[in-house]
Amino acid sequence: MSLLFEGILQAFKLILTLDPYMMQIVLLSLQVSGMAVLFATLAGVPLGTYLGLKPAERTRFAGKLLYTLMGLPPVVAGLVFYLLFSRMGPLGVLGLLWTPAAMIIAQFALALPIIAGLTMIGIRGSGKEVQETARTLGAGKLLTAWTVVRESRFAIFGAVVTGLGRVIAEVGAVMIVGGNIEGRTRVMTTAIVLETGKGNFELAVGLGLALLVISFAINSLLYHFQGGGKDNAW
Amino acid sequence: MPGSEMILEVKNLSKVYDKEVINIGQLSFRRGRIYGIIGPSGAGKSTFLRLINFLEAPTTGDIYFKGEPVFMNGRGAGLPVLQKMTMVFQKPLLFKTSVKENIAYGLKARGFKKEEIQERVETLLKKVGLNEFAGRLATTLSGGEAQRVALARAVAFEPALLLLDEPTANLDPSNVELIERLILDLNRDTDMTIVMVTHNIFQARRIPQEVIFLHEGRVVETGETEKMFTSPEDPRTRAFVEGRMIF
Repeated sequence: MSLLFEGILQAFKLILTLDPYMMQIVLLSLQVSGMAVLFATLAGVPLGTYLGLKPAERTRFAGKLLYTLMGLPPVVAGLVFYLLFSRMGPLGVLGLLWTPAAMIIAQFALALPIIAGLTMIGIRGSGKEVQETARTLGAGKLLTAWTVVRESRFAIFGAVVTGLGRVIAEVGAVMIVGGNIEGRTRVMTTAIVLETGKGNFELAVGLGLALLVISFAINSLLYHFQGGGKDNAW
Repeated sequence: MPGSEMILEVKNLSKVYDKEVINIGQLSFRRGRIYGIIGPSGAGKSTFLRLINFLEAPTTGDIYFKGEPVFMNGRGAGLPVLQKMTMVFQKPLLFKTSVKENIAYGLKARGFKKEEIQERVETLLKKVGLNEFAGRLATTLSGGEAQRVALARAVAFEPALLLLDEPTANLDPSNVELIERLILDLNRDTDMTIVMVTHNIFQARRIPQEVIFLHEGRVVETGETEKMFTSPEDPRTRAFVEGRMIF
């Protein structure tokens, strides 16, 4: 127990003094997960909107596939991309293995089904009605699509937050494709695993706390934009 | 001249889901007139409105707008035609934004200038008695207020054809009266063609100038409102207008 308290005290010290080693890891984590979620949002929201507006019976297979991939274990995603990016793999020529780019791609694959799937569910609720209303008011295809997305913004925000929560906390995929290389591909979760193994509990707890604080800050920001879940936001 | 120009005409229009729900040989609507579509539940009234507003594709048939074919051989209407018509649903969906933004939606979609939008929105807000609600979130309005906003939003861009699907169903009498007055004012002040589905035979007698009686997806009888209610030719029409046929 005292080890935990000591760890927490040391952790606060590391956070308050902006320990360079820790900060570098935190920044890389934010870059990797942020980019992965950004790209997954750009691809997942239109995909989920498209599927959500189609009759459920016509998107049954796509729906099942998305639901399955929503539960994809990060280590499996990591393994697949490792095999793709390894020197012997079909994409080995790109030289992406052990780079942040490979980590972004692996996390993108984890976040995409979540964002697309939850957007699809959200759109299915009232998207058709919004689409019809927009069309009867003379909106073209682009404005109609934008209106549907805007009217489903709470569900979409929820999808993005869930996607971010998924990738920022995962360790399996980034460990396998990133390799946990100090200064290059070490992120918070992989560093926590490493430092725990080495017995550096204060740094491990510090990174854990930083992870929680960052997650809380990002979610608070998104929750604020969502209007605290209130219907009269925006 | 109102009443002379054909705004919409349908020929051999049918819609089949599991069974045929619409089968109409020929029906036409002239400029500046109010048409009431009446019929028992399941007669295909709302489906017919959805077909002529291109929310659903007919199984067969042709649709002409101002004499031009706009749905033929399974090919649908383009945006220019869709922008000349609109529909107000029984339960209107208002966007999660302010009342004035809702009313401005169709105007923005058509590229109206900012000043013109503001002027029209203000005029309409007064007309529907909601000028103090301009900045209010539309989704917090009552059913009657929401329907008034939906009507204002629909007529803001002065469509040639206004389709109303049970616009006063489930509303209290004062809102029914207000909406009926708005429809009559529109008919008096503009040359908009209004097609209104209603299950309320009293309303069907009060508002439209012509009535179409639908039964099992087919047009049984059409004619001037007074004639349809006083001397219908078909026994099914008589039974319906006398309140003896509801289902």
